[in-house]
Amino acid sequence: MTVTISGRLSISSVRSFLADTKTLFDTASPSALTVDVTDLKSIDSAGALAMLELEERARKASLPVSYTGMSHEVRSVMDLIDRKALAHPPIHPEKTVSSFFEGVGEGCVDLYRDFVAVMTFLGDLIITLGRSFAHPRSVRWSEVTFYMKKAGIEALPIVGLISVLIGLIIAFMSSLQLKQFGANMYVAALVGISIVKELGPMMTAIIVAGRSGSAFAAEIGTMMVNEEVDALVTMGFNPIQFLAVPKVMAAMVVVPLLTLYAMMFGILGGLVVGVTGLDLTLYTYLNQTFENIHLRDLITSLVKSGVFAALIAGIGCQRGFQVSGGAEAVGEATTSAVVSAIFLIVAADSAFAVVLHYL
Amino acid sequence: MEYNNREPVIVVENLLAAYDENVILRDVSFRVARGELLAIVGGSGCGKSTLLKYMIGLYRARRGRVVINGVDIMSADEDILNQQRLGIGVLFQSNALIGSMTLAENISLPLKEHTDLEPEFISRIVRMKLGMVHLAGYENHQPSELSGGMKKRAGFARAMAMDPTILFFDEPSAGLDPVTAAELYELIQSMNRDMRTTIIIVTHDLNLVFAVADRVIMLDAEKQGIIAEGSPLALREWEDDHRVYDFFNRRKTRHP
Repeated sequence: MTVTISGRLSISSVRSFLADTKTLFDTASPSALTVDVTDLKSIDSAGALAMLELEERARKASLPVSYTGMSHEVRSVMDLIDRKALAHPPIHPEKTVSSFFEGVGEGCVDLYRDFVAVMTFLGDLIITLGRSFAHPRSVRWSEVTFYMKKAGIEALPIVGLISVLIGLIIAFMSSLQLKQFGANMYVAALVGISIVKELGPMMTAIIVAGRSGSAFAAEIGTMMVNEEVDALVTMGFNPIQFLAVPKVMAAMVVVPLLTLYAMMFGILGGLVVGVTGLDLTLYTYLNQTFENIHLRDLITSLVKSGVFAALIAGIGCQRGFQVSGGAEAVGEATTSAVVSAIFLIVAADSAFAVVLHYL
Repeated sequence: MEYNNREPVIVVENLLAAYDENVILRDVSFRVARGELLAIVGGSGCGKSTLLKYMIGLYRARRGRVVINGVDIMSADEDILNQQRLGIGVLFQSNALIGSMTLAENISLPLKEHTDLEPEFISRIVRMKLGMVHLAGYENHQPSELSGGMKKRAGFARAMAMDPTILFFDEPSAGLDPVTAAELYELIQSMNRDMRTTIIIVTHDLNLVFAVADRVIMLDAEKQGIIAEGSPLALREWEDDHRVYDFFNRRKTRHP
């Protein structure tokens, strides 16, 4: 039996060729196969592979195959195919970690290593910060003001908006309950105390972690990938002093100020609800608010937000310095910076709550 | 030129280079004489760049010594290491210019930190260095505004900023067009010849090796160490080891 292939056999026409081959062997049962490729004008590697398939099918049916009119061009394309490579079974890459317990174990070891890395960095950072206060000329003050603008001034709109809304929501939700007892008066105190003692510092810190903690991690992470940090080290700079200290200092100045600003806007939000919805006068509302906020609460809140700031900026920088490899490592570091920062904020806040209770 | 009798500037002894448990190079030993231009070559992944990072003190080895100007930088404390670093310049593979700074700020960075020169004189130095790499007038450009070849030259200018006695280059000609590459070869050569700077180049660019190197060290991933050492011409005739012969003759011998 003779099969004639003519025209072009390429990746776009190979599908129908393969289908034809299949029907050929399903319907006819020839005793020998001659493939005439005299009129085959051109062939690509997919076409050559299809011809090889035809050959193999024939071999399976124990048919001798011969070609006639094979041109030099077709022959050279056919020769490109490494038949041994086609038969090579895929090599299975070694799989790491399989069982549940192994996974738990590795997770614990990683957690421990991460803890050690963070504590080491924290120690370095504290020493370097101390040295910076002792030698203020070694600090890059222009960078400090740059990051104060980035993390502080540029955060004003979002911090203000979220604080007003939170003030509104607390006042509104609590008034629904308090109205039933005719205790509308206490809405002012409720809003004031919750905003000043907890929500102001906490919400500001979380916003700064999302805006700036991530940015610090991404910036330093990219510099790690581009060998810029290595370059700084070989030029005799301490990368913590050069990159982390300005960011941490800026955050520690700016976050307490942002917190103060957030408190004002939170109280303003409550005030809007109180004056428009609860028949309180402006005077009574403010009076009630300020009678219930103590200076001590305000000061501890500002100290707390300073600590939050150090944690956010510190962990952001640490995650950045941890980057090795390529772009995806920078993404991971950014995510990890925000998640770790929020965890640290909540953990520190709990610690503050306990300590302040006993003080 | 014969460098064997001259005093060594860099001595590497039994160095073990590893990332955690993953050993890259073991028992690497060699010397670099003052004024020598040494090329470190080898296929991809043989540990060339890693070796360079040990030599500039970015990594600390668990075993072995790297002595620069008589100081073992593997055991030196940070202050002494930083003192040593003033005498070396490094051009990284990715240039490593600080992206948020202009070229002038990049080049003046080490000058401002480690010298007490007047700002005016520092900006004169910056201008001079930019001129040496044919980038006069680009002081106020950000690295992102430059082409690959220009960035490479700016990185070169920064590496030379402190007039180091030792210069390290990591793949200096990677990604450069032939004309820019030729310019770079000339610059490297003139640093070595006219300023008598000791130069260590990590590369797999044979054109660069044959154009400038006095001596070549070839590393191999399989052996995790040095498989050949000598002048570029000697390594081209190296018959003992087909890996060396193939590499320097740009070909692949089929071995049974």
